[in-house]
Amino acid sequence: MFTPFLHILVFPGFLFLVFAGLIAEYIDRKLYARLQNRVGPPFFQPLADFIKLTSKEDIVPEEANPRMFKAMPIFALTATVTAIFYIPLWSPKALYSFNGDLIVVMYLLTIPTLTYFLGGWYSTSLYSKIGAVRSLTQLFAYEVPLLMCILAPALLANTWSLSEMASFYENHSGYWLFNIIGFAVAIVALLGKLEKVPFDIPEAETEIVAGTFTEYSGRLFGIFRLSLDIEAIVGSSLIASVYLPFGFHLKPLAGFLLYMGKVLSIIAIMSLSRSIFARLRIDQMINFCWKYLSPLAFLQILICLIAKWGLYR
Amino acid sequence: MRKVVIPIGPQHPALKEPESFSVTLSGERIMAFSARLGYNHRGIEKACEERTYIQDVYLVERICGICSHAHSTAFVQAVEEIAGLSVPERALYIRTIIAELERIHSHLLWLGVAGHEIGFDTLLMYTWRDREVVMDILAELTGNRVNYGINTIGGVRRNIDASEISDILKAMDILEERTKYYIQLAKEETTLIKRLSCVGILSHEDALSLGAVGPTARASGIPRDTRKDDPYAAYDKLEFKVITDDHCDVYGRTLVRLGELMESYKMIRQALKEMPTGPISVKAPRKIPAGEAFSRYEAPRGEDVHYVKADGTDRPERVKVRAPTLANLQTVAKMLEDRQLADLPIVIAAIDPCFSCTDRLISLREPKKPDKTLAWEDLRAYSIEWYRARGIDFTKVNRKISRRN
Repeated sequence: MFTPFLHILVFPGFLFLVFAGLIAEYIDRKLYARLQNRVGPPFFQPLADFIKLTSKEDIVPEEANPRMFKAMPIFALTATVTAIFYIPLWSPKALYSFNGDLIVVMYLLTIPTLTYFLGGWYSTSLYSKIGAVRSLTQLFAYEVPLLMCILAPALLANTWSLSEMASFYENHSGYWLFNIIGFAVAIVALLGKLEKVPFDIPEAETEIVAGTFTEYSGRLFGIFRLSLDIEAIVGSSLIASVYLPFGFHLKPLAGFLLYMGKVLSIIAIMSLSRSIFARLRIDQMINFCWKYLSPLAFLQILICLIAKWGLYR
Repeated sequence: MRKVVIPIGPQHPALKEPESFSVTLSGERIMAFSARLGYNHRGIEKACEERTYIQDVYLVERICGICSHAHSTAFVQAVEEIAGLSVPERALYIRTIIAELERIHSHLLWLGVAGHEIGFDTLLMYTWRDREVVMDILAELTGNRVNYGINTIGGVRRNIDASEISDILKAMDILEERTKYYIQLAKEETTLIKRLSCVGILSHEDALSLGAVGPTARASGIPRDTRKDDPYAAYDKLEFKVITDDHCDVYGRTLVRLGELMESYKMIRQALKEMPTGPISVKAPRKIPAGEAFSRYEAPRGEDVHYVKADGTDRPERVKVRAPTLANLQTVAKMLEDRQLADLPIVIAAIDPCFSCTDRLISLREPKKPDKTLAWEDLRAYSIEWYRARGIDFTKVNRKISRRN
């Protein structure tokens, strides 16, 4: 009775994710700063930012729909936190699993983007609306390649459950090497999902101030930022469990450290790309996703199908 | 999405100065664009008429925070021409060296701003770090980082000695190497090229008819450079190329500025080598004889023009300043025709605008209509009424302030 609550609220649920998210943000910011020849923030900066935001006044624009405006950050946070329960982290078994949880996780990870759209749309500011439309446009560009390239390893493992996929790859060591292309595609799509450079088009500061988040302040903005941080952790965990499925049989502590290592190296790859690219335009982004990313994801599916045919014959 | 009009400014994160653009959008496409200046009018021309010439040198230097040397040199050149002073050779060389150092710092600053506008913050951090090298040199030579205060009527105020020369040469080597890296970056980095090429296109004909100046004109293939066309200071003795480019877009403007950086390093080295010895200034009279002069100067952003009219007293009768941004601003609307919103910041930034330097006020008085000029007290009363009509009452605040005093 008590254990599920502990799982949901403390570990590996909410509290753990908050801290992991803040650590990920710190590592991202520090690495970004060092790559740009800057000093970077101290380790407690993300936490200090969060505390500062929560102590500020929430301002709801007069024209905005207050119920939607206030609900959207909570929705974003809830969806991302829920997604972690179905992802195998350091043991091949996730907290909860059933055949088809892969689709549920993908669905839960889409909800934050939808809340960015709705939150931006209902705050009625022009900048927010443009940012909202952009984030939805962007969703249609990266979501298809992301789903396709996550499906490919599932096809090879012949299951739709992330936990069973993890144990399949654990038992057949080396099979994950088939999915290298998918790994690259998934990281690029995750950049789009998290709205980071070169895909930070929905919150392009120099064009539309802060996009969706222009009107958000105080606690609500803090929750939005926290949900973005947690989304980074959850997205990286998903990629780590699907594409880097090794070391699940290690002892709990070693397994946990390996898991954190996998997640943080994915975060590091993302901050590297953040510092070496310029922001694309929305049309260039969509072209890129449909012309290069989707065919690559298709190629991944083909590779998996051929491998499956060759291995099971 | 139906058509929306979005305001960019007067306060907006893309803009470093207050000015207002209103952009009509259909989706992401720009349908119409209009600019409105005048948020930063400082009445500098009028203030010049109420100060002596030597005070004016420092005042016009503060027109711009980036090309301050451009304005002060253009002004002293005009005054020297009216007074018939012949400035010593060495002073002309020192002016030239400071001018080129200023161009280097301005272009490096622009490169960083351009990087920021397209979301490439790493470029901003790198170029601004390198810009510190030239800022340190300027501080060493003149004592100041921005408003150098090196010009005076009849010459310059500070000499350059041997140790400073070796410092400058060392800095030039560092900067040249860095600039080569940026040129390589501009030619190879894919996302940078994607965001800059074919954006903000200004054809050769349009650039001519709209009267573009500086790098904006040169990137459209017009070899227009005051340093070559109408040499001032020591430019007639220096060897340099006018960098032009045929891309006609923002990418071309980037390449022109990078090319000009390389030319500036060469010019500074040559100027330091050939600088003659001798005095650095001649004594200028306090009262300048009656006359008028027109002075041109190639600022980093384009041609800067000063007009000075003297009436025989120690104060100018009229000073007129045209900053290069005014000439380039007309091209922005042309460049933005049927472009995407995402291109707007970089297209505006690509002319390297300096709106505060541009703000001038002309009011036409019609003889039949009543004079609309307001005195200070009338203006204050008018503003109180204006705010009261909009529901903002400052009476309480004023009372509180006066009680505190």
